[in-house]
Amino acid sequence: MSSQHILPRRTYFLVFLALEVLTVVTALVASIDLGAANTVVALCIAVTKSTLVVLFFMHVKYSSKMTKLTVILGVFWLMILLGMTMTDYVSRLWSTVR
Amino acid sequence: MSTLTAQPLSPQPLAPELPANHYLNESHGLKSWLLTTDHKRIALLYMASITLMFAIGGIFAMLMRLELLTPPADLVSDDTYNKLFTMHGIIMVWFFLIPSIPTTLGNFLVPMMIGAKDLAFPKLNLMSWYLFNIGAVVTIYAILSGGVDGGWTFYTPLSTGYLNSHVVAAATGIFIAGFSSILTGLNFIVTTHRMRAPGMTWKRLPLFMWSNYATSVILVLATPVLAITLALVAVERLLHFGIFNPALGGDPVLFQHLFWFYSHPAVYIMILPAMGVISELISTFSRKRPFGYAYIAGSSIAIAAFGFVVWAHHMFVAGISVYAALVFSLMSYAVSLPSAVKVFNWTATLYKGSISYRTPLLYALGFLGLFTVGGMTGLFLAALGLDVHIHDTYFVVAHFHYIMVGGTIMAYLGGIHYWWPKISGRMYPEVWGRLSALLIFVGFNLTFFPQFILGYLGMPRRYHAYPPEFQVWHVLSTAGASILGVGYLLPLIYLTWSYKNSPVAGPNPWGASGLEWQTQSPPITHNFVTTPIVTREAYDYTGIPAPALAVRSEEEASTYVS
Repeated sequence: MSSQHILPRRTYFLVFLALEVLTVVTALVASIDLGAANTVVALCIAVTKSTLVVLFFMHVKYSSKMTKLTVILGVFWLMILLGMTMTDYVSRLWSTVR
Repeated sequence: MSTLTAQPLSPQPLAPELPANHYLNESHGLKSWLLTTDHKRIALLYMASITLMFAIGGIFAMLMRLELLTPPADLVSDDTYNKLFTMHGIIMVWFFLIPSIPTTLGNFLVPMMIGAKDLAFPKLNLMSWYLFNIGAVVTIYAILSGGVDGGWTFYTPLSTGYLNSHVVAAATGIFIAGFSSILTGLNFIVTTHRMRAPGMTWKRLPLFMWSNYATSVILVLATPVLAITLALVAVERLLHFGIFNPALGGDPVLFQHLFWFYSHPAVYIMILPAMGVISELISTFSRKRPFGYAYIAGSSIAIAAFGFVVWAHHMFVAGISVYAALVFSLMSYAVSLPSAVKVFNWTATLYKGSISYRTPLLYALGFLGLFTVGGMTGLFLAALGLDVHIHDTYFVVAHFHYIMVGGTIMAYLGGIHYWWPKISGRMYPEVWGRLSALLIFVGFNLTFFPQFILGYLGMPRRYHAYPPEFQVWHVLSTAGASILGVGYLLPLIYLTWSYKNSPVAGPNPWGASGLEWQTQSPPITHNFVTTPIVTREAYDYTGIPAPALAVRSEEEASTYVS
């Protein structure tokens, strides 16, 4: 089965290294004031890290189409939670703005 | 009553005997039950657990109704009343309604309906029962050690900063039970995908399977959000991190978004399996393929999907954006469409059907009426203007009880009666069954219909004292609750009695078409002697003896066959 795909150790070490580097970057960026981009940058790094974990450590890159579809649907569902919650936060002040 | 008169005789003997070997006598002793991986035994274990929890939650309800019999606060203190409605909600929602149909009828039937020997992960199934019980024990600890108040909704910052009751213990119990839900949902999804017998295509799945599948998707997707939300409540309460409490820099409305993102779909976790049961009951007792099979199946998936985008209708007066409220109001109206598809299709199935008014169908008809009232009053609450008037009143209490109790519990009991011959191998007493269905229907309406009026007149929920002009409605409600209590007690007594004393049912006493009726009652541990090969569509009654002939004694047969 594709879920039993065996990766060379080198790949795991490289992904691990990338995760460590991104963790350091997160800490460094936190000490710099980027204004409105603070959250955006932090979230971009976090998404990159979680994508690496899902693709390589969880073997989704080498899994069946059904597994990939399940992951995509999960992310889509998370977008519903975040997106529709944001419809509240983003539009709260619209009615008071002239 | 069926009017069939000249059908060929049933292959089922008129006085069948219990099979020599079945899952109930395959092994004996406490250990054989506590370590079982048989989905049918686990279903019975769950049944025992949730019945106990239902009794505890019911006692809290009766105490509340007794307090509300008179306008002043005279039976319990305000603090105690707060704890009563909180613990009633927590127990009933998480330890009865959510697990009710999936873990009992679902566990028992899912493998049998698709021709499988067991669920995909039998050990995981047993583990889910243990997790459920551990969660229940932790929650009962919270109750016994002083209780928890503030409402089953754990609204912040009340729950994180101001309550001095056992919030974290109760939340921990729910957190643990949540994993039980996730494991059950996961098991059903994998089983439905991977364990179907040859020929059991998706379009041949019984509608109960479709609704359980949709429920499982919600269980797996939504429950983790509840878990993390309750964990955040604990973190804020114990460590004072500012997440939800504005005094600490948090946002209380964020809690409501996260909580209702789970808890609104949770309503569909309760009602979707109930809808699956009703589809089976109506088809069997009208001996017709459900009208619009594909639409009923598709509407289950649609309800699961739409159910995730309506949550903020619980928050219209919580200070959310009016534009977001418009969107959520519109989506809430939209979710009523697939529900309406089901109601109309069930009604159309009954039309010109060969109807037998047996106990399960009485429960199904009760469901049809009560669910419709509950659903329609939900539209009142989804309306942005009217919601301001009736929000947090008894109108809301009545509405969700019509869905959760009038819907889910009616279907649960209807299903228990319908599949009782398969579960126990014996019939239930029909007269008592019909009486209990009638009592529950009357008692339920008497309990909750006055609450619509109370709510519309302005009585808020969660108060233990009220103005004297409301008393007549509360007296009616408490009287109804007493009848309802008797109605619930009756099946517990006569079903237990019937296990040893009722006539033997035989494999298919209803002349039903599902695979679960093609094997002996009670079934063997692996359900089928050989894996069935499915060659028929679901609900194809061709060649299956009519229920009027598939009876259990020659005496009863003579009353039907002329």
